[in-house]
Amino acid sequence: MSARVQTAPFDLATELAGFGAGAGAVVTFTGLVRDDTGSLAALEIEHYPGMTERALTDYGQAAAARFGLCDWRIVHRHGRIATGQPIMMVATAARHRRAAFEAADYLMDWLKSRAPFWKREIGQDGAARWVAAKTDDEDSLARW
Amino acid sequence: MTIEILYFAALRERVGHPRETVTSDARTPRDLVAELAARSDGHAAAFADMAALRCAVDQQLTDLDAPLGQPREVAFFPPMTGG
Repeated sequence: MSARVQTAPFDLATELAGFGAGAGAVVTFTGLVRDDTGSLAALEIEHYPGMTERALTDYGQAAAARFGLCDWRIVHRHGRIATGQPIMMVATAARHRRAAFEAADYLMDWLKSRAPFWKREIGQDGAARWVAAKTDDEDSLARW
Repeated sequence: MTIEILYFAALRERVGHPRETVTSDARTPRDLVAELAARSDGHAAAFADMAALRCAVDQQLTDLDAPLGQPREVAFFPPMTGG
């Protein structure tokens, strides 16, 4: 049951070693830097040190209470991350699959619009552009 | 009271620095924004779109019209884009 913010890449197998002992189901989600236009070099992710760790821990604990999780983990990177590389992961462990799936979905909806991260796209030409928040991310949160 | 103000992402760029210490008796974050926006053209530009403004008071997301209390730290930033 932990949340981490780091610049370094993470390794999913390492993260899952010993994760969710006693659970019947483990779900993981990994977000990658996607290039929709063929012109993206990287993302640069800014965050709010202090608040970020606190917010991720709050959302993890809320998911654990709501879905009865045996274990949860959130790892979110910041700094410059190249196209195709992992940005973040959530893992949820529960007795049964539906709780694990729903908890991972819930956590992603909260992280998308309520965790203090801001993405900036860096083009192959070096131009930087802040990514705008999507209204459907906000709509997704209303499901819960 | 003395408050540490933090700016992130596009707001930080428009204001021109990531933090500043101010003295204010603002009763809500919205009142504080009105005071901050008067500090420079960059501040005014940063706060031009109130619909796209988010705020955290002592590292908790807070409505712009909530009572401010006696915060140590108030942060302003655009809608978040994590995940």
